[in-house]
Amino acid sequence: MLDTDRRLSWFTKVMVVLVGVYLVIPTLIVIPLSFTDRASFAFPPRGWSLDYYRTFLTEPVWRDALLTSVKLGLAVMVLATVLGSAAAVALVRGKFPGKSLINGLLLAPMIVPVIVIAVATFGVFLRWQLVGSFTGFLLAHTVLALPFVIVTVSSALRTFDDRLELAAASLGAPPMTRLRRVTLPLVLPGVLSGAVFAFVTSFDEVVVALYLQSPDMRTLPVRMYTSVTSETDPTIAAASTLVLVVTTLLILLPQVIRRGDRA
Amino acid sequence: MTQATPSDPTAAQDRTITQGSGGAAPTSRGVALSLRNLVKEYPKTSKPAVQDVNLDIAPGEFMTFLGPSGSGKTTTLNMIAGFVAVTSGEILIADEDVARMPAHQRDIGMVFQHYALFPHMTAAQNVAFPLEQRKVSKDEIDRRVRAALASVHLEDYAARLPRQLSGGQQQRVAVARAIVYNPRVLLMDEPLGALDKHLREQLQSEITRLHRELGLTFVYVTHDQEEALALSDRIAVFNEGGIEQVGTPDELYENPRTVFVAEFLGDSNVWRGTVSPDGRVLKGSDFELVLGSGRSQVDPGRSGAVVVRPERIHILTDGQVAARDHNVLEATVTEVVYLGAARKVVLDFPWGGRGLVREAMRLASSADRGDRVRVAWAPQESVVVPDGPDMYEVESAEDA
Repeated sequence: MLDTDRRLSWFTKVMVVLVGVYLVIPTLIVIPLSFTDRASFAFPPRGWSLDYYRTFLTEPVWRDALLTSVKLGLAVMVLATVLGSAAAVALVRGKFPGKSLINGLLLAPMIVPVIVIAVATFGVFLRWQLVGSFTGFLLAHTVLALPFVIVTVSSALRTFDDRLELAAASLGAPPMTRLRRVTLPLVLPGVLSGAVFAFVTSFDEVVVALYLQSPDMRTLPVRMYTSVTSETDPTIAAASTLVLVVTTLLILLPQVIRRGDRA
Repeated sequence: MTQATPSDPTAAQDRTITQGSGGAAPTSRGVALSLRNLVKEYPKTSKPAVQDVNLDIAPGEFMTFLGPSGSGKTTTLNMIAGFVAVTSGEILIADEDVARMPAHQRDIGMVFQHYALFPHMTAAQNVAFPLEQRKVSKDEIDRRVRAALASVHLEDYAARLPRQLSGGQQQRVAVARAIVYNPRVLLMDEPLGALDKHLREQLQSEITRLHRELGLTFVYVTHDQEEALALSDRIAVFNEGGIEQVGTPDELYENPRTVFVAEFLGDSNVWRGTVSPDGRVLKGSDFELVLGSGRSQVDPGRSGAVVVRPERIHILTDGQVAARDHNVLEATVTEVVYLGAARKVVLDFPWGGRGLVREAMRLASSADRGDRVRVAWAPQESVVVPDGPDMYEVESAEDA
């Protein structure tokens, strides 16, 4: 920026702070609300306690929902990362007909409105008897998470210098060794990043989960939706705070690692 | 894999005499490399990238592939390395055809223009990598890595990551990595192209020293003719997918065989015309030049070009008479370029051609911009080369 632009910087700073506050405050409201001592959403809370955290972690309805979401999230993470990484390798390095069409199809879940995906999935899964099953959830969430893995792994592959593989070959390394010692270590940060995105995508997902739910399969976001619309229970504030903190940490993790690398 | 030590007498016996006057290494641990009828065609392009290249490189020789971009020199090098598939032809390393062998089995060394060091490994780990592929013991690896880094003066930088090294240091680590396992042939693809001039000259002498000490066969690709002249035992000049001429640096400079070679290597004056029936004179549009005896490769009656190097022409002072057999031409000075130890005088001839005279400052004439001058040279200082549309030749090293 030119020196003359400095005249405006205090104004820009103020605007940035105001916009940031405006965007973040509604979410952060949930944090003080979670420490209330009675069944009320009055703000500010009239008393402070950890009661509702205890409820969240011990009451079966809430605890089961949390466990379901975590189990599902981990399974989606593994499946989406494996499939998405393989797809990324093919899309970046492969030459085959219909590549751009396949690329578009794989990335479509990021663009198509999730309600459309949810309704369509529900219709098809009814016929396949997958509604309310762990497998059904796994398949649906993996489809939603795939684009994120493909994008991050493709990006990592594209910044990978192909000449490194040529160098490794000239030094006597056969293809598997090259993959194991040169390509994979350098692409791993992208793969892990994609894995984190896949987990968070599944953990946060509510629309498809609402359609596919059953008494056996009720994820945390679905439980939270039911709670807010049918009762005044600050446990949801505790749940929200925990989800907020955990997801934020997970998303920040790759960034922190990358900055540590550069030091 | 066994390798000869510097004092191994069998290594000296293996050595065959290299052509020309280049300085081959005293103990040649390198092997001979031959290219036979090498062709590379890409689909959907009419002109092959490499057409029918034949070349014999002697053990321990420093051979440079020189040419402009797109001339096929890098493609040929990549075929030797195994990075590019061969369309047809043979690549013989120590009499073994490797053209269809995968790159990782060819036992060659490669240094890239942009270093290609593994960014997630330290300098020492980079250099150790090829030894690990060859199942060398850990102690032996440590010893040889240290020796290789010492030979490029980087023994204190072993624990550094590539991003903690300067460009010149990275390139030296790349060289150490490529020589630590004593490959049969060392290939270098414009390794100094990414470095500034001063660093380039420093590393050029390092490379020359390494070649002398190791005795490996070097194949070096560059478009920088000064670099080629300085480093090579012999140079293969590439043009449009083929080799126009192979020879020692002074052979190529003093006796170019085509106009392309004459103009690519150093500056030159070129006069085009037809050789007279008696073969003694070249008739141009507005001039007639006496040809030196034995200096012409063009048959009488054919079209050709007279080539003279700028330092072999002198500007006559007013009233000075040229020697009787010298060629004399009139010209106008358009530019004088001062180079410190010498100066270049750019000339325009009356028929529109351009000329160049190079004078050492202490012997310089007083010619200035705008002056009309006469230039002269001895016919023996010129060569006559073919000039026409279909000009590149296929050369093998057996030609004297």
